[in-house]
Amino acid sequence: MKSLEELKAIREKMQGQIGLRSESSEKTRVVVGMATCGIASGARPVLNALSDAVQSKGLSNVQVTMTGCIGLCQYEPIVEVFEPGKDKVTYVKMTPEKALEVVDQHLIRGQVVSKYTIAEVLG
Amino acid sequence: MYRSHVLVCGGTGCTSSGSAKIIETLQAEIKKNGLKDEVAVVQTGCHGLCALGPIIVVYPEATFYTLIKPEDIPEIVSEHLVKGRVVERLVYKEETKDKGTISLNDTDFYKKQHRIALRNCGVINPENIDEYIATGGYEALGKVLTEYTPEQVIQIVMDSGLRGRGGGGFSTGLKWKLARANEADQKYVCCNADEGDPGAFMDRSILEGDPHVVLEAMAIAGYAIGANQGYIYVRAEYPIAVERLKIATAQAREYGLLGKNIFNTGFDFDIDLRLGAGAFVCGEETALMTSIEGNRGEPRPRPPFPAQKGLYQKPTLLNNVETYANIPQIILNGPEWFASMGTEKSKGTKVFALGGKVRNTGLVEIPMGTTLREVIEDIGGGIPNGKKFKAAQTGGPSGGCIPAEHYDVPIDYDNLIQIGSMMGSGGLIVMDEDNCMVDIAKFFLGFTVDESCGKCTPCRIGTKRLYELLDKITNGQGTMEDLDKLEELCYYIKENALCGLGQTAPNPVLSTLNYFKDEYKAHVLERRCPAGVCKALLSYVIDPVLCKGCTMCSRVCPNGAISGKVKEAHVIDQSKCIKCGACMEKCKFGAISKK
Repeated sequence: MKSLEELKAIREKMQGQIGLRSESSEKTRVVVGMATCGIASGARPVLNALSDAVQSKGLSNVQVTMTGCIGLCQYEPIVEVFEPGKDKVTYVKMTPEKALEVVDQHLIRGQVVSKYTIAEVLG
Repeated sequence: MYRSHVLVCGGTGCTSSGSAKIIETLQAEIKKNGLKDEVAVVQTGCHGLCALGPIIVVYPEATFYTLIKPEDIPEIVSEHLVKGRVVERLVYKEETKDKGTISLNDTDFYKKQHRIALRNCGVINPENIDEYIATGGYEALGKVLTEYTPEQVIQIVMDSGLRGRGGGGFSTGLKWKLARANEADQKYVCCNADEGDPGAFMDRSILEGDPHVVLEAMAIAGYAIGANQGYIYVRAEYPIAVERLKIATAQAREYGLLGKNIFNTGFDFDIDLRLGAGAFVCGEETALMTSIEGNRGEPRPRPPFPAQKGLYQKPTLLNNVETYANIPQIILNGPEWFASMGTEKSKGTKVFALGGKVRNTGLVEIPMGTTLREVIEDIGGGIPNGKKFKAAQTGGPSGGCIPAEHYDVPIDYDNLIQIGSMMGSGGLIVMDEDNCMVDIAKFFLGFTVDESCGKCTPCRIGTKRLYELLDKITNGQGTMEDLDKLEELCYYIKENALCGLGQTAPNPVLSTLNYFKDEYKAHVLERRCPAGVCKALLSYVIDPVLCKGCTMCSRVCPNGAISGKVKEAHVIDQSKCIKCGACMEKCKFGAISKK
């Protein structure tokens, strides 16, 4: 170790991953439906894409987690975003690609990707 | 990258309750379910709730599973990790609440704690230096080497008010200052990891759960006092700690955080391990250094103090593991931050090993000034079986008892001394009405007699005589004169023993004599043990009215001491009774009692 920068580089590389282990009620929660219906329609790749993106972009205030059946099985994979103090946003029929859009638009820029939300899709 | 981290406690408590098997099963199940690239299994240090091990924490949800068996693993994997459904039946529940608490930090056990020394224990993988760095590790060392002079470092430690966590409570900053002030061609930094108090295991947990913090702090200390060599003196009975320290020093050397020219500042520092062979006295600083030198572990008179002539007759700084564990955080957050916690003269937090008659046994870290009541009732979950608090023993064989009347005294160094106990290394043994205080004093004296190194007469012979007097009293043969002798001998040993071990050995006797004199008197005058512990003084009797003559007791009695006909009251032959209590345990009618 020759400099503080080197140390900092290691820390930043690892922090996204360790961030998974922090707890805070202030966090935004991204919940993926992972019941049988969700898994069958491809929720696992969506979950992994979200989790990877959040960690690699160092979004330390976002927690990507799972839940059971939300009840709208035909619209799975479903991803719900809970931001503290705001109404939840429900995205339906997700894919890993759409999930990455949600990360970039919604989680980073704070703009809901309306075209994938349940309101939009159900009409 | 992983979407979920499953942390499995690999501290000594959980290892002995089978966490290695848990990890193995977990990895196999995860593989079987095709989650190998999505879920990481991480072995961590101690979480503190050792009574409920093996412990698993699943992140990002921070679900806290306790008392896990290998058979539970397939369910956790298929339900929680595959489908995101928490396995409620395995989640830690607090008895006081009706609902299962899911998140770790929401539990009463953790909520009131403030973890500084233990901050990484149970959070990071202790065998991975990158995880330590991710939580800010080695940043304090970098800051110290590039921004501060040694004098500034010492001033920061002084200002923080940190005092030695090994028991004595000497100002850490002052110790560093004295070690710096002595000029020499060679100085040493030592770490006392020879934790020997019965029941105390906080140093063990830090070494096992966060070994790098000790290395980092020792390097900082080396810079501050002008030393380039460190030694960690650790008990050989701590194999996991030794193993992780070896891994940690190797990784730190590989990263250039130990060795030559650290952070390109020209500062060299390296650390070697020395294993102790298990003598309690080697936790005493001069005996410890004698042992590192390769000699028989015996104390030597002070002065000269280690800061003047320590290891190999060179100025030496010796601190305890927990003391070191506070240093990097003090450097990073500033001395004011540390000094804002605690009481006027005792700053920061202290780790206690909570044991005895309390629901949540384990490790807790609390701000100084927390009361005993808060520790036992709120964090410890109270005393089980509806029993009443009688006393708490702190400081192990060097400490004393705190009776119920001091239940609300804020715990700090000075308050504990004032009420006749001491902080010690932080063992806290809770006792209820079923504990006999004379017996407790005898237990600790038995320990000191075994561990006395024999170098000085007051300790070698004095503690033995103390033990014999206590033995006489618990056998119902004591006289009031013995009680006076006991006290006199205590003061004699305190004043004349060579080292801390001997000087403090009478403390358990003195404090119980002080607070529980009545109990001693009952043993002597009435030949009675009020708590019903001292076997020689009790007898089991059958109440002829309550006895239904079911013959159960006579059948379980291992010595054939109980006689009687079916459906008639039974009788215990006192000359044959060995007082094992088996009959009382088996009696369904509560007809047998001990007196």
